[in-house]
Amino acid sequence: MLKNRIIPCLDVKNGRVVKGINFVDLKDAGDPVEQAKIYSDGGADEICFLDITASNENRDTIYEVVEKTSKKCFVPLTVGGGIRSIEDINKLLNCGADKVSINTAAVQNSKVVADSSKKFGSQCIVVAIDAKQYGKKWEIFTHGGRNSTGIDAIEYAKKMEECGAGELLVTSMDRDGTQVGYDIKLMSKISSMVNIPVIASGGVGNLNHLLEGIKLGGASAVLAASIFHYGKHSIKEAKEYLDSKGIPVRI
Amino acid sequence: MNVTIVDYKSGNISSVINSFKEVAKDKVKIEVTADFKKIKSSDKVVLPGQGSFKSCINALNTINGLVETLNDFAINNKKPLLGICVGLQMFADIGYEETETKGLGWIPGKVTKIDNQNGKYKLPHIGWNEINIMKDSKIFKDIKDKSHMYFVHSYEFIPNDKNTISATTNYSSSHVCAIEMENIFGTQFHPEKSDKVGLKIINNFINL
Repeated sequence: MLKNRIIPCLDVKNGRVVKGINFVDLKDAGDPVEQAKIYSDGGADEICFLDITASNENRDTIYEVVEKTSKKCFVPLTVGGGIRSIEDINKLLNCGADKVSINTAAVQNSKVVADSSKKFGSQCIVVAIDAKQYGKKWEIFTHGGRNSTGIDAIEYAKKMEECGAGELLVTSMDRDGTQVGYDIKLMSKISSMVNIPVIASGGVGNLNHLLEGIKLGGASAVLAASIFHYGKHSIKEAKEYLDSKGIPVRI
Repeated sequence: MNVTIVDYKSGNISSVINSFKEVAKDKVKIEVTADFKKIKSSDKVVLPGQGSFKSCINALNTINGLVETLNDFAINNKKPLLGICVGLQMFADIGYEETETKGLGWIPGKVTKIDNQNGKYKLPHIGWNEINIMKDSKIFKDIKDKSHMYFVHSYEFIPNDKNTISATTNYSSSHVCAIEMENIFGTQFHPEKSDKVGLKIINNFINL
């Protein structure tokens, strides 16, 4: 039976791990390579690096981080943030990333998703969707949540599946950093609309939130940052909790 | 001893390289090349594969003489070869991803899309799944039945001869996830991404 995945996400800036509260007010939570190794040894099913301010800044540091991490961690490594072109994707994959997550570039030009999934295979193309609720709808944002687009998140998710995305990483901008739980309505709407796996992100504050993301949100994988970074819970605790609630996990 | 990872310019093979180097340490030489001479003189060969069946076969055929060199290595000289993911799928006679494409024809069978039961199961089949070990394969030495391996695929290899199947996995139905036929080994899952237990499989292959 396929297991639901738990993915710790390390937000990286200038080669260091940070986690933003609503994408501002950053705290330093250590060295990404070391952290990734601790997580993979602790049973993380996958590691995610998000180079959060990469759209605006020099991002060469991330290549070095990816290269070092991939020589120490032998679980899948997903890298996102600031990816604009096929060349960027190629470079990250060559450094040892297994998947890339594309956000702004996919919104600006869906051809990047179509071309890259053809060239590298859908299995390594994750489309990241940052969404904010407006009434009964959700709108997608780009540039790390700074720019609104007027695009409907649900329709966009469907379109990205058609373009060849292998997975969708869905982040609720309203919930990110708040620790009040995933936006379950958003997750379940998208996961029921598409036939590719959805990774839920944004808002995890306790272990029950992970359960909700899978059980109610229909997510194949749950991503979290703060609850793992600051030692509130270990990956092992998260898995044991989910297992006790009948969710299939790799233990 | 040396092990060659065939670099035929298709898909991302850095994880395969990293994992083999991690296991080999300084004891075994890991070469990454499509050089015929080096392949011929290797003790073992790894055939990775990412992307579609068609794109991988096309990439192999683009390098004139590579398929013949691999045929010599695996079929005529019967030296150990491990195919990973699409590397395994290419053992088949034929694949149906994108268009009908002729495979290497080493293990009679075909590669078709996983039946996801009208959308009931999401594709690709991504993540950790348990393997059911079907026979005493050399690369599964000290690997427990029901071990978790990392999968990413939408197509599956269906061999004609069920005796070649060394492991299966359950997702929508039972799928072939490992093959052994004499000196030819293949895994649909990614041992290079399957943590310690995956590295153990790589170690078993290196130490055959």
